[in-house]
Amino acid sequence: MPEAIMKVFRGISREAGEFKTYKVPVEEGMVVLDAIHYIQGFLDPELSVRWNCKAAKCGSCSAEVNGYPSLMCKTRMDRFPEGQEITVEPLKTFPLVKDLVTDVSWNYEVNKKIPPFTPKPDADWTFMQEDIERVQEFRKCIECFLCQDVCHVLRDHDRKDVFAGPRFFVRMAGLEMHPLDALNRAEFLKDHAGLGFCNITKCCTEVCPEEIHITDNAIIPLKERVVDEFYDPVLMFFKKIFGKS
Amino acid sequence: MADYEVHEHDVLVVGAGGAGLRAAIEASASGVSVGLVCKSLLGKAHTVMAEGGIAAALANVDAEDGWQTHFRDTMNGGKMLNNWRMAQLHAQEAPDRVRELEQWGAVFDRTREGKILQRAFGGHTWKRLCHVGDRTGLEMIRTLQDRGVHQGIDVYMECAVTRLLKDGQRIAGAFGYFREDGRYVVFKAKAVVLATGGVGRMFPVTSNSWEYTADGHALALRAGADLIDMEFVQFHPTGMVWPPGVRGLLVTEGVRGEGGILRNSAGERFMFKYLPEATRKDYAETEDEAKRWVDAAIAGQKTDARRPPELSTRDNVARSIYLEVKAGRGTPHGGVFLDISYQDAERVKRKLPSMYHQFKELADVDITRQPMEVGPTMHYIMGGVRVDADTGESRVPGLFGAGEVTGGMHGANRLGGNSLSDLIVFGRRAGLGAANYVKALNARPQCSDDEIKAAVEEMEAPFKRTDGKNPYELQRKLHEIMSTYVGIFREEKDLKTGIARLEELTDEVRHAAITGSKTYNPGWHMCHDLTNMMLAAQAIAQSALSRKESRGAHSRLDYPDTDPHLGKVNTSIYLEGGEVKLKQTPLPEMPEELKQLFVKKEATRNA
Amino acid sequence: MNKVEIAVAPEKLGATARNDNWWVEPALVATGFTIFIVYATWRGLFEPQYFEWGPYLSPFYSPRILLDWWHWSPAILVLWVPAGFRATCYYYRKAYYRAYFLDPPACAVGHLGGDKYCGETTFPFVLQNLHRYFFYLAVAVLAFLWYDAIRAFDFHGQFGVGVGSLIFLANVVFLSFYTFGCHAYRHLVGGKLDCFSCSARTKTRFKIWSVVTKLNEHHMLWAWVSLFSVGFADLYVRLLAGHVITDIRLF
Repeated sequence: MPEAIMKVFRGISREAGEFKTYKVPVEEGMVVLDAIHYIQGFLDPELSVRWNCKAAKCGSCSAEVNGYPSLMCKTRMDRFPEGQEITVEPLKTFPLVKDLVTDVSWNYEVNKKIPPFTPKPDADWTFMQEDIERVQEFRKCIECFLCQDVCHVLRDHDRKDVFAGPRFFVRMAGLEMHPLDALNRAEFLKDHAGLGFCNITKCCTEVCPEEIHITDNAIIPLKERVVDEFYDPVLMFFKKIFGKS
Repeated sequence: MADYEVHEHDVLVVGAGGAGLRAAIEASASGVSVGLVCKSLLGKAHTVMAEGGIAAALANVDAEDGWQTHFRDTMNGGKMLNNWRMAQLHAQEAPDRVRELEQWGAVFDRTREGKILQRAFGGHTWKRLCHVGDRTGLEMIRTLQDRGVHQGIDVYMECAVTRLLKDGQRIAGAFGYFREDGRYVVFKAKAVVLATGGVGRMFPVTSNSWEYTADGHALALRAGADLIDMEFVQFHPTGMVWPPGVRGLLVTEGVRGEGGILRNSAGERFMFKYLPEATRKDYAETEDEAKRWVDAAIAGQKTDARRPPELSTRDNVARSIYLEVKAGRGTPHGGVFLDISYQDAERVKRKLPSMYHQFKELADVDITRQPMEVGPTMHYIMGGVRVDADTGESRVPGLFGAGEVTGGMHGANRLGGNSLSDLIVFGRRAGLGAANYVKALNARPQCSDDEIKAAVEEMEAPFKRTDGKNPYELQRKLHEIMSTYVGIFREEKDLKTGIARLEELTDEVRHAAITGSKTYNPGWHMCHDLTNMMLAAQAIAQSALSRKESRGAHSRLDYPDTDPHLGKVNTSIYLEGGEVKLKQTPLPEMPEELKQLFVKKEATRNA
Repeated sequence: MNKVEIAVAPEKLGATARNDNWWVEPALVATGFTIFIVYATWRGLFEPQYFEWGPYLSPFYSPRILLDWWHWSPAILVLWVPAGFRATCYYYRKAYYRAYFLDPPACAVGHLGGDKYCGETTFPFVLQNLHRYFFYLAVAVLAFLWYDAIRAFDFHGQFGVGVGSLIFLANVVFLSFYTFGCHAYRHLVGGKLDCFSCSARTKTRFKIWSVVTKLNEHHMLWAWVSLFSVGFADLYVRLLAGHVITDIRLF
């Protein structure tokens, strides 16, 4: 049976941690998470990894495989040339807990602050498929936080203080475009979620395992909605004169 | 004694899947303080994997549907062993619960009139499953999660409860640890709602996530509650059989609901020959009739054609596939073919997007062009904690339950789509029941230091053993026992061997040991999970041995027929002096007006 | 948002554990843009004499704006519109933030610059929000280019087709695909609506939005194709006007 060489990050801090190398037998159709489980089951029961469904439905097993933010359960081993070392590291953007596990609780704090779904009082709950197709794309999100990990505003600039991150723009796009939602989150997006910090470099879209077009379908439409409210002089002028359109 | 932190709540909900979240929302809305404990991160619970839909008789697509039909389908599916009151409440309340989800922001697929679209599913007379493509569970959990976090529920993520604490007979709280750093925690709570899901991780081929380690079943047993119907383990007919890493992963029944065809390696559409006599007339007689039904369903039209045989109940389809493979008519990887590729590729991608991606990415199979290979996979346990249908309370005062961890609702076999509706109907009821219980209490029950001390010692023990066993190895042994002796077809001598081997293994599990620190140490977590699974495994094996008939998901080779006398009893499992005990208890009898719904529908053969 | 423990050590430009050729894309993009910018600047500023040949008017010089007091190349009066449209375009922003500003150069690769990052919240980048106004202007210019493309089939009052006619037609088609796939237009035409099915008017807007969405899905492709085609159309006119080549009449 062919063997893969897995270089896995081990440790409870990034400074003191190190890569350990394991040899793992490779079966057909195997994914990186299988290799990690093999290590746990046969070589090193203490190796920490977060996982749940192993089916790319829960978004728990996010890590960086050969430097690229990936779901381990979806990353097939046969993607890598035989004999090449495969490095597996924890997400860079979040504080390390141990080995491959990071503390992603910041994301849950952000989520709490988003103005929730608020249906129009007169809603009769009839709406058409074409009205919700956009929203359904956003609701495919499995909260793996790979987009949050790869986004340079969080990853390189560490602007967790002002920036909600792609995951939550996706969530807010789903709320804003819901045909029966009554709220307008433009101000929240601009002033509290830091939408303007996004420079649409699209890495979030590249890593999304659910293939949500985060930038084109969520972030840019939200940016345009913010423009309507805060940057378009003509629209703002009309709004001043005629009130809310 | 090791340190622990303390949190105080009125109601503690253990488990944050659909049932737990719904219970927490309801309890919190009725004004009591609620803590919600989840073993993983919030929103990752096994509910996210539910695909096909939520069964609710909204009658949006088939106007003939109503709660009585849903009730009857559920009871028939459960081989009349269901708790009738639960089945009734479930059928009556599911539509409101679904509408409520929509009002909380869930976005279901629509009919042309802009209402919630419903699809056909095995065992359901009418098109009844409200769905969002094939990711309905994700929609449900995200909706409830977002509703919950804005309601001020305190969520304790990656926290496992290992013991329930009692004050005399009453629940007084729970003890647990945080996975992240292993710190211990005591929750002082007046009531506890168990919503921990199922037991799948004791089987090697399962669609269940790692969390399903029978925690709630074990917690309830140890706290003095009893489990019923544990012999009824549902094998879903269609799990992936290849590649090995994803063996058991679910292929939604939605594929068959949308017209997927099952064939053996000889190309034969074998389900026609496995239709039980009692329900044969509800299914198409020819391939042509089945095709007309599918065409009409796709076009959204009425038809006089009957449903395809692939939509028979899960237990029946699972057994049929098992028998086909055993007879040597299986596929190269030991399954049968499930084919949807004859349909328009774009439609398949739209209606079954997760399946499309799952096969494309994990197995290199394009389901719009090739058939899938599928086989039975352990999917669900019908049995669980016995609770009151209306309030969700167990026989332990203050201990409530909802969802898969409870028993009774689904009887001997669960219909697809009835699980998600179960979660929200009984999640709400348990939350309400717990809140009402708390409000009626005069004083807060007290947690005893002795109990806490014992709980700590139990958790510390695996670090102190020097001659112990590797927990991963023990889990592999458990897998081997369960799949060999307590599988899809059962026999007395197998079950007896299984029980004996489980006893040996239980002893080994008591000596499971682990090294390292408590910081996110999965081996340590598994040591405790194993003790839970051992209890539930015993419960399953012993219940299976005691039920000398075949009924629903319980198939005995030595007792292939259904025994009408056993249709009037539940198998009850409880602990006495640490030992697993079993007795048969009478099934609650349905009132006369409900009985009327079943006239001339008696089956004697198991189907 | 909460301030949390800094999880990320500041990293140097290009720092990454990726072992693929992540630098190829930004390098190609930077090269492509640079070539076009140099070419367009040279043509627009320093060669105002070669703007027309026969029925072909270089797209860099269309519409022709002749002002007595303007002593520089007339292309400057026009080129700022498409230049501004593309500079504020959501696709181009991604491309040049990556390829020129290296912030970030590629996904999960260390960025250039310090920690003063403000994204598009401050001057000058906050002006990107005016993209829709460049869209309006670009549509006006596009109308002239359509006129030019039709005129490119008019050889002294006779219908004819030269290679140049086809280049002009292709160019204006590509430019239209690019222009009408614009994200801002997509928003204005229908994206801003929350309900598509609520009235006859919104249903029509939904139909247009759906077409725009189709174009928008390939916005990057049309951005590059139209960039190339507009440059090529100009080059073709330049070569004809400079008598380097001759136009082939197809009929």
